[in-house]
Amino acid sequence: MSDTIKDTKTIKPGGVDTLDPEKIKKELLSRYPAKVARKRSNQIMVNKKDDTGKTPVMGANVRTVPGIITQRGCSYAGCKGVILGPTRDIVNITHGPIGCGFYSWLTRRNQTRTASDADDNYMPYCFSTDMQDEDIVFGGEKKLKAAVQEAYDIFKPKAISIFSTCPVGLIGDDVHAVASEMKEKLGINVFGFSCEGYKGVSQSAGHHIANNGIFKNVVGKDDSIKEADYKINLLGEYNIGGDGFEIDRILDDCGISVVSTYSGNSTYDQFANSHTADLNTVMCHRSINYVADMMEIKYGIPWIKINFIGGNSTAKSLRKIAEYFGEEALIQRVEAVIEAEMPEVERVRLAVKKRCEGKVAMIFVGGSRAHHYQDLFNEIGMRTISAGYEFAHRDDYEGRRVIPDIKIDADSRNIEELKIEKDDDKYRARKTDAEIAALKAKGFEFKDYKGMSIDMENDALLIDDISQYETEQLLKLYKPDLYCAGIKEKYAIQKSGIPMKQLHSYDSGGPYAGFKGAVNFYKEIDRLVNSKVWDYLEAPWQTNPELSAKYGWE
Amino acid sequence: MLLRHTNKEIKPRKALTVNPAKTCQPIGAMYASLGIHNCLPHSHGSQGCCAYHRSALTRHFREPVMAATSSFTEGSSVFGGQANLVQAINTIFTTYEPDIIAVHTTCLSETIGDDVNQIAIKAVKDGKVPEGKHVIHASTPSYVGSHVTGFSNMTKAMAMYFSKSTGTPNGKFNIIPGYVEPSDMAEIKRLVKGMGITPILFPDTSNVLNGPMTGKYNMYPDGGVTAEELTATGDSIGTIALGATASADAARALDTRWKVPCQVQDLPIGLGATDRFIDALRKAAGVSVPDSITGERGQLLDIITDMHQYFYGKKVALAGDPDHLIPLVEFLLSIDMMPVHIVTGTPGKNFEKRIREMTDHLPYPVNVKAGGDLFQLHQWIKNEPVDLLMANTYGKYMAKDDDIPFVRMGFPILDRVGHSYFPTVCYKGGIRLLEKILDALLDRLDRDAPEESFELVL
Ligand code: SF4
Ligand code: SF4
Repeated sequence: MSDTIKDTKTIKPGGVDTLDPEKIKKELLSRYPAKVARKRSNQIMVNKKDDTGKTPVMGANVRTVPGIITQRGCSYAGCKGVILGPTRDIVNITHGPIGCGFYSWLTRRNQTRTASDADDNYMPYCFSTDMQDEDIVFGGEKKLKAAVQEAYDIFKPKAISIFSTCPVGLIGDDVHAVASEMKEKLGINVFGFSCEGYKGVSQSAGHHIANNGIFKNVVGKDDSIKEADYKINLLGEYNIGGDGFEIDRILDDCGISVVSTYSGNSTYDQFANSHTADLNTVMCHRSINYVADMMEIKYGIPWIKINFIGGNSTAKSLRKIAEYFGEEALIQRVEAVIEAEMPEVERVRLAVKKRCEGKVAMIFVGGSRAHHYQDLFNEIGMRTISAGYEFAHRDDYEGRRVIPDIKIDADSRNIEELKIEKDDDKYRARKTDAEIAALKAKGFEFKDYKGMSIDMENDALLIDDISQYETEQLLKLYKPDLYCAGIKEKYAIQKSGIPMKQLHSYDSGGPYAGFKGAVNFYKEIDRLVNSKVWDYLEAPWQTNPELSAKYGWE
Repeated sequence: MLLRHTNKEIKPRKALTVNPAKTCQPIGAMYASLGIHNCLPHSHGSQGCCAYHRSALTRHFREPVMAATSSFTEGSSVFGGQANLVQAINTIFTTYEPDIIAVHTTCLSETIGDDVNQIAIKAVKDGKVPEGKHVIHASTPSYVGSHVTGFSNMTKAMAMYFSKSTGTPNGKFNIIPGYVEPSDMAEIKRLVKGMGITPILFPDTSNVLNGPMTGKYNMYPDGGVTAEELTATGDSIGTIALGATASADAARALDTRWKVPCQVQDLPIGLGATDRFIDALRKAAGVSVPDSITGERGQLLDIITDMHQYFYGKKVALAGDPDHLIPLVEFLLSIDMMPVHIVTGTPGKNFEKRIREMTDHLPYPVNVKAGGDLFQLHQWIKNEPVDLLMANTYGKYMAKDDDIPFVRMGFPILDRVGHSYFPTVCYKGGIRLLEKILDALLDRLDRDAPEESFELVL
């Protein structure tokens, strides 16, 4: 019973399938200055899958052309906002003028839950050095040191971290020197991130800088082994709208224990201890796959790709984890959980599917969600006819196997790559070579993920770093039933009369991960695409402008 | 507890800001630019700032907020952003076809020292600015002032770029409304027109950031002050700047350059400040105040008389922008409420001075701070609890923890609607403010009333 969800693609007669995607691509490029059009044409691809599973080469992770209205943010946002934002017990000080810290204050809907008020939780706080004129002119290190001291004096946190904003790099403040000096002085862990906003081409650079920093400065500091069976880390899950809570609930029911999540609902101590897990499961591979690699090399933890978006995908991921551990008790318990959870998912799915079947969606977000969420749409019979990422790399479109072919350009070269070696004391092989080989022989995939393109239809339009202009054209040409993107795009789309779902912050909804999340999402999409509001766009006098009055008694 | 690390013990802080009560200049400049018709704001820096400012404005207004960015990379940060800006100007005019690009700087381009004026001139020379189109700009380093400063700088920039004097007065009146809601701008226009005066209101975000749902997206909505109107500001009879921090600079610049006489008034929030605004308008334009406006004033007064018992003696904590807080504190005092803790994040001596002048004679101590933050305000509240908190949405964390009735006021408001549609300025706005204050206080009264004294009629 557990596997009843099937992909259903209902081709709408006429509709979008009569549109020639190559022509649409031309149309999207037609208005740009020639140079811009040339650049953009490398980032707009008509999907073609060949027999070997190859898909078009995407010009991803390249600079946005100045003047383009882009979805992208900066590396500070990726570092401080995305990766370290959900960790509750580190005092995160933004070193810079006030804005950067202000905008990354509570705006990402990361949820966290502490056992009691006695536990630290700094997430509702914003800490900044609020640099002034004189700090820019004479340097801000003195102020930064004083700020770290004050934070320590007032809050006595277990760790303090420092985030550099654009001006910091330029004026030459050495945040790492300040951090080590204060670490020495205060006797707590203090570490800095050089995540100036101009580094890299998007948030993605910031994810990398953040993860490297955590890996260097925190991971491996606590070797105590937790008493639990089936210890895993969940990498690339940020607990937006409570996703992580739902995943934790399911894993808990299965008897699988999470040592650390990177970084939803996380704590400093969990990171410090995360190298003791026996498996790394990677959710959003874009933001963190390199951490999984580093942990494998240094500590011997194998990693696998999982996906908890979609009822079916959740079931599949649970089974994969169980298969890895390979113990019958776990396998049976996982099956029992799936069997208990799926009926409700199925009931809602089928009800919603009746109303959504054949509708088309477009998704332009992030670095993995545009892919993951297609599973949920498939489950209710909706097609994703165009999709793209905001800050992905080629492997997110084309699959992990293209990584060796990716050329490193000047913008990526300034992002530090850590040289990782085996830690002879702490390295522990989790499986023998024979065990790994046996799993692989059964088709079990380690360290791999598919790209988005292979899972999409031929002729679907793949667009990287989509611009506002292209968005407007797509809406006009395809008139999709639903468009998914972020807050900056939201209202222009809605004003065009098209339902819009935010897939960064989920608007005010969620969780959408796991079984309960799938149910929530089906219902939410049903609400959106079948909303009555779109019928009210015209006033009676706009539909019927003639003036002849009729009186009731005539 | 949400803010569980905030306690009564106030330790000195010189370097660390905790929970700011201000944000940075460019967002104010972006907001001001959106109040120009057919204008696309442009952020000259790396793309993160632009993304943040657009997101914050979008969340506050729940409307499209479009702006472009120079998308600096490390290279441009080292070599300067000229090439980026020139290319951006070309891309924008070709692709998004505004009439005006309003460029503001960010901390990055300011630190590098990019000369946007020179770059704009170069863009014109290179033929990147089509005939009849404009590139205006303001310098907005965030390590000076706050979002209000940025608003002020861009407002001044638009006046200085466009204004001309033909020597013939046009009979109009310049009104600079300050960093207020689109609803407030519309309300100010309504009153000015009601007095028979033709205003040039700039910037004007009404019908831009509170636009209707039509099923058709229009990147440049109907509202906004036009280039022609801005040009005509040099021929106006006079200028009234509302709010010293956000509006005075533009008014003074017009005065200096074109001899358009200016007055700086407080934002018309509450009875007294609105009285002064209307009276100043009347005198400056030589018109009489119509009965309808005096009638609105009377309605505001009526509510104050009817409900005075609920206002009387209630302690209030406030956080916001200087231009809002000064008349708001005056208003609260005039209805016998007790503002006891007042914080703005925007630095500037004048704010504390004005508040002190209003509160020095009071028989109770008043805490006031310019360049303060919400952490400080919260600590004051812990030491001396209040009956009401008025602040932007971030205030709700304090309100929930300490169970304080809460009225949302200022920028940003991220969790409620209404601010962009219903004004808080002038007499009608005063009525709305009192309604909101009473709702908060009376909901609390009802919630906490023992059954025997739970009352139907309040
Ligand atoms: S760098 Fe400056 S302009 Fe950009 S968000 Fe930060 S404070 Fe604002
Ligand atoms: S200044 Fe730099 S770090 Fe701050 S928001 Fe802007 S781009 Fe990001």
